[in-house]
Amino acid sequence: MEILSLLGDGILVAVQPLNLLLIFVGVTLGLFIGAMPGLGSVNGVAILLPITFLVPPGSAIIFLAAIYYGAMYGGAISSITLGIPGASTAVATTFDGRPLALQGKARLALVAAAIASFVGGTVSVVLFTGFAPLLATVALSFGPPEIFALMLLAFATFVGLGGDDIPKTVFSICFGLVLATVGFDQISGAPRLILLDMNGFLGGISFLVLAIGVYGIGEMIWTIESTRGEVTNTEAKITAKGIIEDTGTTFKRGWKGMSIGSFLGFFVGVLPAAGATPASLMSYGVTKMLSKRPDEFGKGHVGGVAAPESANNSASTGSMLPMLTLGIPGSPTTAILLGGMVIWGLTPGPRLFVEQSDFVWGLIGSFYVSNLFALIVNLAFIPLFIWMLRMPFTVLAPLIFVLSVVGGYAAMQDMFDIWLLLIFGFGAFFLRKFDYPVAPAVLAIVLGPIAEPTLRQSLLLSSGDPSIFFNRPISAPIMIVAIILILMPAFKYLRPRRAKPAE
Amino acid sequence: MNILKTLAIGIAALGLSAPAAMAEWQPRKPIDFVIMAGPGGGADQIARFIQSVAEKKDMTSRPLIPNNKGGGSGAEALIWLNSTNDPDHTILVTLNSFFSTPIRQPDLNIDIQTFTPIAMMGVDPFALWVHKDSGIETFEQWVDAVKAADGEYTTGGTGTGQEDSIVFAYVNNAFDLKSKYIPFDGGGAVAAALAGKQIMATVNNPAEARGFFQSGDVRPLLVFSDEQMSAYPGIPTLKEKGHDFSYYNQRAVVGAPGMSDEAAAYYQKLFEDIFNSEEWQGYLEAESLSPLWMNPEEQRAYWQLQVENHTKLLSGMK
Repeated sequence: MEILSLLGDGILVAVQPLNLLLIFVGVTLGLFIGAMPGLGSVNGVAILLPITFLVPPGSAIIFLAAIYYGAMYGGAISSITLGIPGASTAVATTFDGRPLALQGKARLALVAAAIASFVGGTVSVVLFTGFAPLLATVALSFGPPEIFALMLLAFATFVGLGGDDIPKTVFSICFGLVLATVGFDQISGAPRLILLDMNGFLGGISFLVLAIGVYGIGEMIWTIESTRGEVTNTEAKITAKGIIEDTGTTFKRGWKGMSIGSFLGFFVGVLPAAGATPASLMSYGVTKMLSKRPDEFGKGHVGGVAAPESANNSASTGSMLPMLTLGIPGSPTTAILLGGMVIWGLTPGPRLFVEQSDFVWGLIGSFYVSNLFALIVNLAFIPLFIWMLRMPFTVLAPLIFVLSVVGGYAAMQDMFDIWLLLIFGFGAFFLRKFDYPVAPAVLAIVLGPIAEPTLRQSLLLSSGDPSIFFNRPISAPIMIVAIILILMPAFKYLRPRRAKPAE
Repeated sequence: MNILKTLAIGIAALGLSAPAAMAEWQPRKPIDFVIMAGPGGGADQIARFIQSVAEKKDMTSRPLIPNNKGGGSGAEALIWLNSTNDPDHTILVTLNSFFSTPIRQPDLNIDIQTFTPIAMMGVDPFALWVHKDSGIETFEQWVDAVKAADGEYTTGGTGTGQEDSIVFAYVNNAFDLKSKYIPFDGGGAVAAALAGKQIMATVNNPAEARGFFQSGDVRPLLVFSDEQMSAYPGIPTLKEKGHDFSYYNQRAVVGAPGMSDEAAAYYQKLFEDIFNSEEWQGYLEAESLSPLWMNPEEQRAYWQLQVENHTKLLSGMK
């Protein structure tokens, strides 16, 4: 039980007055940074990194980790209330969070997001505490073939779903994959698909710009078109009783999504190069696939909010693991934290747990405390967020437009992104009009840049022999499950035909 | 000596043009601090370290804002600087792709001599690494192992045409070896791939490999510096193995083309102060970088030499 006493010491470090204050300020700041479209945990941590030189390293990383957590909670807020993803990690939250808000159930969605974030955060910290060194070894055994197999599995969960139009889903994925190749190729360094020779395409299509365009602008046009501006949004009253009721509903209807999100999210977060955005999208796909009523997803299912929200919190803890134990960042935000550690004079790597045990356990202890604080702060602010929704849509629509444009510009500060954002907004509207699902394209543009290089690295390793995916112990089972899932619609299609003549 | 130099310049400036000193150039808005690599790699760590030193010591009236533009081995960053409409507030943290990318992609129309030299902060050496479980203890054993694998030996590093691949290409050529090269996204990913035995050898910088070196998972066989490194006592250089080749990654800061002389002077002074700070000197020591201070003219000459070297090295690769 050595771990428990180390953890106890760690929590004692985290509740020192200075650290407690930093945690409180950090999660509150993070909550609002996450809620602002365009600003995510990456920006928050990068902007506030220099401030941390005023305090000891242990407190500094606790502060930055608190911001990271807060932003994971906050991203859901604008996804739900405005339909604009607050951060790329919260894109999947818009799929069901926004429909819930339009049905007048914004409070339920916000409570579900907060509770799921807390559950995801807590499960992941417990996993982190118990299995950190073991998981670091597992993460190292994931080479290019294993990661590619996992990506294929993620695509398969989107294709193999019942209900949606399969050819249109496949089209949507392919469209996303094409967009994902724009810019410089990571392996050869050559530019690809630089449309009209515009320099703006050299850096690739920013995922955040795409997401804000598709969900912010596209959703706004869709709402205007389908309701002619006659939407009166939610009128949910906020009482403590209501919040408790919603908590109950979240556990009753969203427990599956929360469990999947918490465990899958953590695992995806631990893998180098993945992070919270792929984790949340994959958890959404898996939860939908395993649900008895997959057709309810995308129309306002509590599980569709709970899964990505628990996953993005869980993944953010998970991505700390390779950062601390291997010195490789599991997400863009941890990459900046890693830079911070170097500045503070700490060497991340296999020796850190032994040599800087106080630092590591103080940080782990702070995860527990940060999560609790973030939940309380988030629940306390829900009335404010609901109040925003009371505005008539004629006021809200211009607000969404302005926030989307500002958010798209904030990321890279390039006017080019604004035009792209508007094009994506209109494009998404028409795709939706013609009944094409947009989510698979969004998934593809996130996972494409991970899937493509790992596929090519694998084939380079094997000199072009695809059997490399099937003769490695970890990638083989994942590949087989993925292929079965992809072929499942074909089986379903064949079976009734055979059954009928027999009758 | 540097203090003397600064002092001498200061006195000269005072004596010659007191009014001019009053109108000294200062940044009027946040400085776009472009990084030629993605977050987390060596160049990024250095940029954030520099930013933190400037911030901690309150050395600039406007903040340095890090801006990662790593696409296309740094081509994205070079284009960004080339097309900026505010050269006085745009500076770049470079690595060797500053030389190699314009050579490999002439279509970009980048002439690095149009950029403004600011500061050479240090150079980062390379070493050849293998996993401890490989059983390989010396460079000679490694050469034998690669030969025995007959083309199936897998090495890995950063993108094709970037620093790591140049070093491997040279070694393969010099010792008549054949091996596979797998490109990864940044030095951190390369180090992890070796520790996870996904690949068999790398040429990581000391900073990138340090975590796994300290834990004993990986072992250096050879260094590509001019002399043996104090961090790895007894590990031979390539020169000792009979090949006159050393290779370093430059950690330098350059300004956008068209930067005014006043702004250039301001940044040169700023980065000289950062270079001489206790923090930076400590960083060089801790990360096994070699200090290599140069004035602007020497930097331009160094660029010229590096362009010639890289043209030769790259033409030797396939």
